Amino acid sequence: MESVSELESMAEKFATEAGLDDDETFRVTMATREAAVNAVLHGNEYDPAKQVTASFENTGDSLVITIADEGKGLDPSKLPDPREPENLLLGTGRGIFLIRSMMDEVNFRQLHPGTELTLVKHLARSAENDLASAGG
Amino acid sequence: MALTIASREVDGVTVLDLNGRITLGEGSVQLREAVRDLISKGSKNILLNMGDVNYIDSSGLGELVSAFTTAKNQGASVKLLGLTKKVKDVLQLTKLYTVFDIYDDEASAIASYK
Repeated sequence: MESVSELESMAEKFATEAGLDDDETFRVTMATREAAVNAVLHGNEYDPAKQVTASFENTGDSLVITIADEGKGLDPSKLPDPREPENLLLGTGRGIFLIRSMMDEVNFRQLHPGTELTLVKHLARSAENDLASAGG
Repeated sequence: MALTIASREVDGVTVLDLNGRITLGEGSVQLREAVRDLISKGSKNILLNMGDVNYIDSSGLGELVSAFTTAKNQGASVKLLGLTKKVKDVLQLTKLYTVFDIYDDEASAIASYK
């Protein structure tokens, strides 16, 4: 679980340095933590021989975080909605839902083996930048 | 910061004052053990004071649900007190806000068990 805490700290620093406010930094940090937990727990199933890899990129328009595991893979279309009445009292199944709720875009890519999650948070453009762009 | 749990009795209600994070590996297990211990000793009225819980993850949410259902199955009741904004937001997002009895002040929470 040390890698989860490490990634969480990195995400918080990354989001703060990109200028996100406290609420958005919290969202990015939480989504990253959930993705990391998912990779270690459900992806790699705590197998110490399997790696979790991560990258953080600020494209100028967005923050892009990728987290990949070496597990069996997952089909995001088959994940039940934890808010449905029949799922509400389940003890698990909220991680991916929280990730999707906290980020602007979440993409899944199947690796061989494993799953790569790409988390995207769009950066708000300032009015000054928009005017500068519009004016050429 | 890991989770610390202090227990006190108020008018027949066991109040657990939680402080820290309820996350996988940092607070989930402590919370589970504390609630199960109380239920096994016969406590029926359990109030989780969340005023100093600044973070909860999906694992922590699972533990809250588990505490709620375990208590209900044993004829006991787990309610929540004093949610911080971040925890409240996550509970609302996941619709768990509708599952729990949640109170802003302790006196109202204690009175609700009578």
